Amino acid sequence: MTAMQIVFLITAVVTLFAAFRTVTTPNLIHAALWLILALAGVAVFYALLNANFFAVIQVVVYIGAIAILMVFAIMLTRREMRDRGKQTSGRWWWAAILGAVFFAGVTWMIEAVALPSQPTAAVPASSIADLGKALVNPNGYVIPFEVASVLLLAALIGAVFVAWTRHNS
Amino acid sequence: MIPLNWYLIVAAALFSIGLYGVLSRKNAVAILMGVELMLNAVNINLLTFWRYRAPTTTAGMAFSVIVFAVAAAEVSVGLALFIAVYRRFKTIVTDEIDLMKW
Repeated sequence: MTAMQIVFLITAVVTLFAAFRTVTTPNLIHAALWLILALAGVAVFYALLNANFFAVIQVVVYIGAIAILMVFAIMLTRREMRDRGKQTSGRWWWAAILGAVFFAGVTWMIEAVALPSQPTAAVPASSIADLGKALVNPNGYVIPFEVASVLLLAALIGAVFVAWTRHNS
Repeated sequence: MIPLNWYLIVAAALFSIGLYGVLSRKNAVAILMGVELMLNAVNINLLTFWRYRAPTTTAGMAFSVIVFAVAAAEVSVGLALFIAVYRRFKTIVTDEIDLMKW
């Protein structure tokens, strides 16, 4: 067992435990903090995959923006959070069964296919530069890139419009 | 090197945990947290296949960038909706927001 495999296993245990606490802890602020730990674990996976750019993006976008936005939303709606008792719906065991069946099925499928244990090639040193060029190349991914830009703009305007306070109503 | 299926199994476990969270939680923000876990599991899979099958191309990375952008848009609109709902109904417990339910 190599050092990378040991790092992978420790990260996997921490990430999955944090994810489990995220969906089970009754206190939502604690859930948000566990979510941050789980997202940091995913960033470590990206670093292990030689996707350094995505590890940084994971920290900046997910932990820096999305998780903090979650904390804001929890605090703005806090009154209902803790004094209602149960946080799970009455049929939570159906959700647990469905999750377990999904995991068992996918794991069985993964094990049924012969998958490589080694990458086919090393990541080229210019992979991030190649990604940047491909995203603005008309023969590459410029249309998905522009669609994502329009989507983000629409989400920005939509979020402001939806959450706007209407004083006269 | 780490075998490819280790990543896939961890991502499957993360997705299942997120699925459980989405289906079992009552609070809308907690449901959104489950969705985030599922999106992260998908992104791990995308980047794993990019690394192990086609590291010299950019397709896997470009796909992953789009998933990041969609996740950010989804969270901003979702949280804005929850705040608007909270302002009107004084709750974001999904059991109690049943205006459109027969």
